Order: sequence, then C-alpha cells, then structure tokens
Amino acid sequence: MTELARYRVLDRAPRQWRDRLLRWETILLMVLAAVIVFNTVQSPYFLDVYNLSDTTQNFSEKAIVALGMALLIMVRDIDLSVAAIVALTSLAIGFAAKAGGSPPSLFATGLLVGIVCGAFNGFLVTVFGLPSIVVTIGTLSLYRGIAQVVLGDQAMTAYPSSYTEMAQNFITEQPPLYFAFAMFILLACVFAVVLHFTAWGRVLYAIGNNPVAARFSGIRVNRVRFILFVLTGALSGLAGALLTARIGSTRPNIALGWELEIVTMVVLGGISIAGGAGTIPGVVISVFVLGLTTFGLTLLNVPGIVINVILGVLLIAAIAVPIVIGRAVRAPGPL
Amino acid sequence: MTLLFHRYFREILLALIVTGLVLAVGARAPVFLSIESLNGVLTDTAILAMMALAQMVVILTRGIDLSVAANLALSGMVVALLSEQAPDLPIFATILVATAVGGLLGFANGALVAFVGIPPIVVTLGTLAIYRGLVFVVSGGRWISSDKMAPAFLAFPHKTLLGLSTLVWIAALVAVAMALFLGRTRVGRGLYAVGGNPVAARYCGIDLGLQELLVFTLSGAVSGLCGYLWVARFGIAYTEIALGYELSVIAACVIGGVSIGGGIGTVTGTLLGALFLGVVVNALPVINVSPFWQMAISGAVILAAVVINARAEKRGGKLILPEARRAAAGGLS
Repeated sequence: MTELARYRVLDRAPRQWRDRLLRWETILLMVLAAVIVFNTVQSPYFLDVYNLSDTTQNFSEKAIVALGMALLIMVRDIDLSVAAIVALTSLAIGFAAKAGGSPPSLFATGLLVGIVCGAFNGFLVTVFGLPSIVVTIGTLSLYRGIAQVVLGDQAMTAYPSSYTEMAQNFITEQPPLYFAFAMFILLACVFAVVLHFTAWGRVLYAIGNNPVAARFSGIRVNRVRFILFVLTGALSGLAGALLTARIGSTRPNIALGWELEIVTMVVLGGISIAGGAGTIPGVVISVFVLGLTTFGLTLLNVPGIVINVILGVLLIAAIAVPIVIGRAVRAPGPL
Repeated sequence: MTLLFHRYFREILLALIVTGLVLAVGARAPVFLSIESLNGVLTDTAILAMMALAQMVVILTRGIDLSVAANLALSGMVVALLSEQAPDLPIFATILVATAVGGLLGFANGALVAFVGIPPIVVTLGTLAIYRGLVFVVSGGRWISSDKMAPAFLAFPHKTLLGLSTLVWIAALVAVAMALFLGRTRVGRGLYAVGGNPVAARYCGIDLGLQELLVFTLSGAVSGLCGYLWVARFGIAYTEIALGYELSVIAACVIGGVSIGGGIGTVTGTLLGALFLGVVVNALPVINVSPFWQMAISGAVILAAVVINARAEKRGGKLILPEARRAAAGGLS
C-alpha cells in the first residue's frame, strides 16, 4: 500500500461495533449464554461435569455429520440421505461384526460404506446435473429401504465389547471425554481451519456465492461438490460407526429423522441456505445451543416432543429476529 | 396430434408405465385386476394425490413445504378431539374446521416466508417440529381411537357413490379445481410465471409475497382436509400419524415430473406420480413381496424419474436464438 495508489482496496469492509454486535456468532453466543444461565438457575444438576459430558453423547454423532452438511449447504447443495447412510452403515458394521471384525475394521467398514453412498449421491448430482434435494430424497428411500429389506423386523445386537466400549466409556477421565465428542471437537477444528484459512475454503464461499462465476474463474465446481458429497457420506459413516457402538444394536429405524435435526443445526449455525455465507464456529455454537437446551429441558422433565416444539420456535425466532432488527437498523442479517 | 403427443409426452409415458405395472402385477396375481382391488388402490392413493397436488403448487413457485405431514397430524387431531367433545357436529362443519385449521397453519408458514423473508425450507423445517409437537400438546399424548369418535365422523370417507368412495370423489374434486385454478385463472398462470422467472414475474406486476401467502395457505388447507380424512379413514389419531409422509408427498411430485427448480409441473403428471406409488404399495403384498421392499423400490423409482425428467427438461425448451442454444448446451461442467 504505497502513497501513489489512487485508491485502496480493503480486504474486508471496515468493521464497526454494530457489525460485530450483529454478527451471527455473537447473537448465537448470547443465546447460548442465556440457555446456560436459565438452566443453571432452573436445575442444580445442570452444571455438573459428568452430566454435561453424558449429554454430549446425545448430539456428538449428529454434530459430526453437521460439519459436512455445513459445507454442502455452503455450496448450495444439501444431503437429506445422511440418516439413511447411518442406517446402511450400521447394517454393514453388523455384518462385519458377525464375520468377526476387529473394532478398527468395523470403523473402516463404516467409513467405506459412507464414502460409497456419498459418492453415489455426488455422482448423480454432478454427472447428471440433478438437484441435490431430490436426488438425496431418492437415495434416502433407497439406502434406508435396503436396510429395511435386509433387516426386516430383526435387529443385530452381537457386537464385541471391545467395540462398544470405545463409544460407551470415557477416553480420558480428567476431563471426562467421550470418543464421539472428542472426534467432533477435533474435526470441527480441522474444518474451521480449512474453511477459514485455506484457499480451498475460500473456493467454497466462491461457489456458494456464484457458481457460474466460480466456474469461469477456473474452479472445478462439480469436482468440489462431488468431494463434499463424499466427505459428508464419510462423516455419516463415521457417525454410524459411533452410534452403533454406543447403542450396541442395529435396527432399520436407527437414526430416523436425523437429517432434519442436522439441517437445523447447520441453519441455526448461520450457514445460509442460499449458499456462500456462514462459519464453522457458528455451527459449533449452534450445536451447543441445541444440545444444552435439550439437556436442560430434559432435566425439567419436559417431554422430548415438546422440546422439539421449543427447538422449532428457537430455529425460526433465531433467524427471524435478526432479520427484523436488521431491517430496522439497515444492517445485514444472517441470510 | 403430434403436437399434443409432444406436449404430454411425460404424462403419456408415465400413464403407460403405471398401466404396464398394473397389468404386470395382474399377470402374476389376477386378483389385483378385480374391480374391488383397483378401487382399493384408488382409495388408498386419494390422500397422497391431494397432498401431492398441494405440494406441487408450492414447488411450482420454487418453494417447498416440509410441514404438510405434521399439519395433517395436527388438524386431524383437532377434529378428532372435536368429535369426541361434540359428537353431533355435522360432517360439513368438521371438514370446514379441519380445512380452516390446516389453512391457518399454512398461512403461518406463508407469513414467515412472505413477510419475514425466511427461505421456505427453513420455515417449514421449523414448523414441522412445532406442529408435530403441538399434536402431543393438544392431545396430552393420548391416542384417540375410533370408539371415541362419532359414527358419522368415521363413516364419511367410507361412503360410496357410483361405486367409488368419498375419498376418491374428494380427490377428484380437488384435482379438477386445481387444474382449473392452475390452467384457467390469472393467479394460477402467475404461479408458473414466478417459478419460471421470479424477477421477470415481479416486473410483470405479480405480487410475490401475496403469492407465497396463497400457496402456503392452500397447501395447509389441503393438508388439514386430508388430516380429517386420514383420521376418519384409519379410525385413530395420535402424535405420530403420517410421520415422514412429507417425503412420500414430495416423491409423488418428483415422479410426476414436477421440477424442484419451479415452474414445471402438471396436475395429470402429479396424479400419475401419486398413483404410481399407490400401485407399488398395494401390489407388493399381492405378489408376495415383503412390504419392506416398498421404501427401496420407491427410492429407485424417484432416482429413475429425476434422471428421465432432467433429460426431458433439457430437450423441451424453446430456445430460438443460436447463442442461447449454445449457452444451454455448455452449462456448468
């Protein structure tokens, strides 16, 4: 930046306190703080490190898939077949366990099935140029349908304890951490670095904002989209392996309806459904908001289905309120 | 004649496939071709067909309504509770209440989309959870079984006229009304215009917000009507009825040739899409295939349908200028 320059191009728009305050992550953090304060006041069992640790078991697997889903939604795609992939993965792991597979090979089986399913989704979307929402509604039925055909009304429950203990026991005592949660935190860090500090991450924003312009600037748009479908499939496979180990059984209705919960995590996390906006920290905070709200309400004996109502209201309100405020003060909203 | 054939190519193809399927099943098990059996298929498909038509209207405008099944369950529960409290309520009033409750829930979706500007998929994802949870709240988690509902309330969907059940007649009525609305009214044509090109439609003076309110209210009203019919037909109302049904509804649309990108879709196609799924569901037990196959088959059919439809859409455009044709052929790689 020399004195001779006639004008300066800033890397980003100058930031004012109002922009920072209205940042989606800031709003989510305030919501999270409110949730924690509310629950701590309501129940003495909330701020207990073992209780909190146990509650991570309820959302870690979904949160892992949400990381991949966030990138897919970032590039204007969506994968509604993730929960069905979890079911199919669990089925394959069941067969692998029957054949006497070791825990690492069971996880490898899960990842492999996830990758194959994700690749099939990506193939249909990128090679045939089909809308991902329709394709993955189709593969949702297909994948879960296969699991139903094979399992019928049976369940697979013969899993070696060396495998189930991986997900059911703490991996460290101080702090008490479960494998799935540690995996989520690790992956979230990797995803955040890749998305926010590498050229490849910028590519995703470019595609999400304008796929045609991204294509013309030399980005292999369809290759990136294909990779993201494979990645989301692999994460679903990992989630399937973790879930199967945690509950120690495979049923045809395993992980039923997860796809909508995962999309909720991502959307509440500030990833624009129109593509090209949002951050990984936002998704991580949203995971905690949803997870801790559920946990706190469970402590208050609120039925699960009523918790869903509150989460639904939270999703709509969290997105509507900033838009309305943003409209009032003429600042950009999250979408 | 050839012009008509080209215009309705997809519908004719789908009709042939459905007919072929019915005949193939009939060849394996002749009982499937009996009048009662085919009548049963129609009755079974009626609700799916109505829901699919309503969903089509939303998808035409580039929206999507994921809350339809939850809306169906909530409206159905409301009228079931009403029937428990007031058994003497005339059927006409019950239908009106169900449709009004559903329409109101749909209006709430539409208002959030139109006035706040939240994308339809996000709004209906939220209201899906809310409406489903409200079924539990209003019923206190109870199951309302047929012995608590009024006999007239239960009998209505099973009544027959000229050999067809009331369900089929109502579906036919909805289909005809929808065809007239979409094909013969200014507002109906406007839906296709918005789906085809929202910006151009806006410049033509079409009020997009008003239209969103309209399509979501319509979708909700039909879901509400189906809520009553569902509860009365199966004689039971509980929190989980029609759980996940929204995906079957969207599947029927997709098989029927409705483009998720908006602006493309016909009443005939959607009816045939619903009928296809209805035939598959009813045929499996007849030919001794485990019902567990149903989901896998419908998945494979959805994928086949989108691949075929995508090709048809590419062919069917009316690109006059050579530049436009080249641009369309290039596309994204």
